[in-house]
Amino acid sequence: MSLSKSVRNWVMAGAAATALSAGSIAHAAETIKVGVLHSLSGTMAISETTLKDAMLMLIADQNAKGGLLGKQLEAVVVDPASNWPLFAEKARELITQQKVDVVFGCWTSVSRKSVLPVFEELNSMLFYPVQYEGEESSRNVFYTGAAPNQQAIPAVDYLMSKDGGEAKRWVLAGTDYVYPRTTNKILEAYLKSKGVPAEDIMINYTPFGHADWQTIVADIKAFSSKGKKTAVVSTINGDANVPFYKELANQGIKAEDVPVVAFSVGEEELAGIDTSNLVGHLAAWNYFMSVDTPENEAFINKWHAFIKDENRVTNDPMEAHVIGFQMWVQAVEQAGTTDVDAVRQAMYGQKVRSPSGFDVVMNTNHHLSKPVLIGEIQADGQFEIVWETNGPIVGDAWTDYLPESAKLTADWTYPWVCGNCETPKFGTMTN
Amino acid sequence: MRLFLATLLGLLVLTSLPAHADPLADFTANLPKGGYSDRIVQIEAIATLGDPRAIPLLEALGKGELHTRKDSGALVTARREGREYFLTDPLSGADLGKAGRRDTKKIKVNNGVRSAIAEALAQLKLASADPAIRRAAAEEAAKYGSPTMLARLRAALEAEQVPDVKAAMQTALIAAELAAGTPAERIAAIDRLAGSFDPAVRALLGQVLSDANAQPEVKAAAAKAIDKIESQRAWLDAGLALFQGISLGSILLLAAIGLAITFGVMGVINMAHGEMIMLGAYSTFVVQEVFRAFLPASVFDLYLIAAIPVAFMVAALVGMAMERSVIRFLYSRPLETLLATWGVSLILQQAVRSIFGATNQEVANPNWMSGGVEIIGGVILTYNRLCIIAFCLIVLGLVVLVLRKTHFGLEMRAVTQNRGMARSMGIDSSRVDALTFGLGSGVAGIAGVALSQVGNVSPNLGQLYIVDSFMVVVFGGVGNLAGTFVAAMSLGVLNKFLEPAAGAVLGKVVVLVLVILFIQRRPRGLFALKGRSEEA
Repeated sequence: MSLSKSVRNWVMAGAAATALSAGSIAHAAETIKVGVLHSLSGTMAISETTLKDAMLMLIADQNAKGGLLGKQLEAVVVDPASNWPLFAEKARELITQQKVDVVFGCWTSVSRKSVLPVFEELNSMLFYPVQYEGEESSRNVFYTGAAPNQQAIPAVDYLMSKDGGEAKRWVLAGTDYVYPRTTNKILEAYLKSKGVPAEDIMINYTPFGHADWQTIVADIKAFSSKGKKTAVVSTINGDANVPFYKELANQGIKAEDVPVVAFSVGEEELAGIDTSNLVGHLAAWNYFMSVDTPENEAFINKWHAFIKDENRVTNDPMEAHVIGFQMWVQAVEQAGTTDVDAVRQAMYGQKVRSPSGFDVVMNTNHHLSKPVLIGEIQADGQFEIVWETNGPIVGDAWTDYLPESAKLTADWTYPWVCGNCETPKFGTMTN
Repeated sequence: MRLFLATLLGLLVLTSLPAHADPLADFTANLPKGGYSDRIVQIEAIATLGDPRAIPLLEALGKGELHTRKDSGALVTARREGREYFLTDPLSGADLGKAGRRDTKKIKVNNGVRSAIAEALAQLKLASADPAIRRAAAEEAAKYGSPTMLARLRAALEAEQVPDVKAAMQTALIAAELAAGTPAERIAAIDRLAGSFDPAVRALLGQVLSDANAQPEVKAAAAKAIDKIESQRAWLDAGLALFQGISLGSILLLAAIGLAITFGVMGVINMAHGEMIMLGAYSTFVVQEVFRAFLPASVFDLYLIAAIPVAFMVAALVGMAMERSVIRFLYSRPLETLLATWGVSLILQQAVRSIFGATNQEVANPNWMSGGVEIIGGVILTYNRLCIIAFCLIVLGLVVLVLRKTHFGLEMRAVTQNRGMARSMGIDSSRVDALTFGLGSGVAGIAGVALSQVGNVSPNLGQLYIVDSFMVVVFGGVGNLAGTFVAAMSLGVLNKFLEPAAGAVLGKVVVLVLVILFIQRRPRGLFALKGRSEEA
């Protein structure tokens, strides 16, 4: 079934590309192939389908502008079906059989870890658009989502500040897998470095798709009634968020009393919830649909025109794909080829005006310099930005708050040429 | 300190601007300036004035309806209707015409500002003419302990005539005295509050402990009171865990009743059972959308009732179609049934994904199912859980009635106990098979209506419940509704008592291991069928 689906998408994307190219220039014999590796079925389809659509929009848009290096772009869409080992198989299929020049894909950290060896072995290039736990830098991956220092740490800082309510007690609630566990490890170390005693930190993990939040919400309530301002940092992922927020609202936990800041809840996730009881709970991202810039308005209009539905929302990982794709296009134009090693060298220092209205830059550790925004949920399911950084923050692959990570450096240019070293390797890209 | 400054500022304005003589307008004009903490200072200053015109002003600010005009910089209340704003003067309420979406700029508020607004509104509303508003304000005021609130409450209490409002104000006064009174008042307040279960009280006592200005004897009294509250809370928490367990059990039961019929009674290993629940949830969504589109908003809350028969019919028809087209050819081959129904479940999931999209659909809780009832000190029983417990008992009762008291139930039991004998008595066994499967599927559809109220409505909904459903039916004893009931409730309660100690992940593992051990010792579950039917 997944095969027929991928074939269908492939045909559709091809048809769209052909239709667009027919009007502009003569159809080039050779195309540049762009792989799209997002789950279109299974648990993650909720989030990843939108990213596939965003990629098709960007590719169609580029073709309408005349393609790249005089060739048309061709999207190759496959469906890894939220199945982590299948991600690796599909990645191999894209690179060896379809011979794609670049891949945009993955959502969960598990899927990224699954495809990582394939991209390194075959020396191909992946753009990964989702905020993640850091502690990784591969020379074959460009991370266009936020690292912990571009999301988790600023969010905690905000809640500690006077404007954020001067929180003193912390609940770290997450889904039980690598991203929340690593993020919470970093946050726990960070909070302790800020003088928060261990008894004021409560850590809680729940399985994927957890539906019965009564006990945990009651626990949060009891934990917060000890006379110190309490805040909840949520790394709960996927659709478990809906019953979590419903239970918060029903048990009468108000954002003014116990604010919940989430790192995996964006506009798309809120589309399934009635947010009138959640006003004031927060999320930290690098982009919100409510950002008021001309770039963002153009982006939203383009999206609505492409998807033919005025009610569809945009979100942070979509923006990450917009940035990543634009940077890749610029790098290919500068390199004059789609050769992975040449494009990688051209990627460093690429600058793109993002929909959030900032100039974001690709650094030599394969992470972006991006602004951090903190938004409060509004009754219409959108976020109102209540705090933002003065400018872009450099993504840090290895956190400064875990002793074993603090000494590691990620830098893929000479003399380092390394994703996790204590000393430079003085090597070249190809060794 | 901040308050003192604000009051001082208020006084300064009062004395230095005798000609102008509208301090409220001056503070209001300052609202757009500076950051959140500046805004909070202005709000506190506005609260000290006690001017009733400030109530709609602050309410508009809290709702994000207070804007500044981009052209003149004037402050306006902007109420959005469609693509434009209707502007009024924030203090006088005078009509100021319309403006476009981009002509005004909203004054930003965050959680800190909103809670300052709530405190200011509580202070202002204590002087309201309406006793109901005064009472609500007093209840709200109990959350904030500040010197101004204390003074405000004392003044309001003196003027108060209505007994129940007076009582509410006295409670709030104790809280304010605890936070901001003299040491003697604080100790007296602690003694009065020592028996309370209210988490707000617990929070206030905790604040005393961390208050650097509190005298040691005050702190000691607070610590003693906290100990007393904590020890009394232990049984309360156990009661709460029991309720949560029954609530979880009722959800397990709802998900499992349909399977108890298709698997338990008919013996079909129905892997598509979860998808019947999902179809019920999507039927609820469709009914909700129809209500939204075609019926007046006043009857919207009834959509859930209307969804019950719709969900039953949709799931029952799909179930019967499945039985007629696939399952009836495989009755004697359980393994093939397992694979075939699993295939059907994948087809149904993908069909729903193609029709409705992969994203979750929003199914709103009707108003009568939102929120909860507070039984004692912060223990809230949520209405949606209470409704589901009641609903699940009704569904179970109806299914038992159908099986025991109707002619169809008699035929059904006859066919499952001895097919050959039933056929020779003139029962159309294939018709009974189809109807039984339809009943089981329909009941699963009804479960979907209830589950849409607590969880997600997504194409994967069914997969979350299929394992739990099988666990309940096998644990309770195949073919036995009473066993299903006891199994669901005991698993729910066991899970909820384990969860605080072991965590949600380990709790589930422990429950599963216990069930496996139990099945090892008693393969036929809690209530094994006795007698000849055992061999059937």
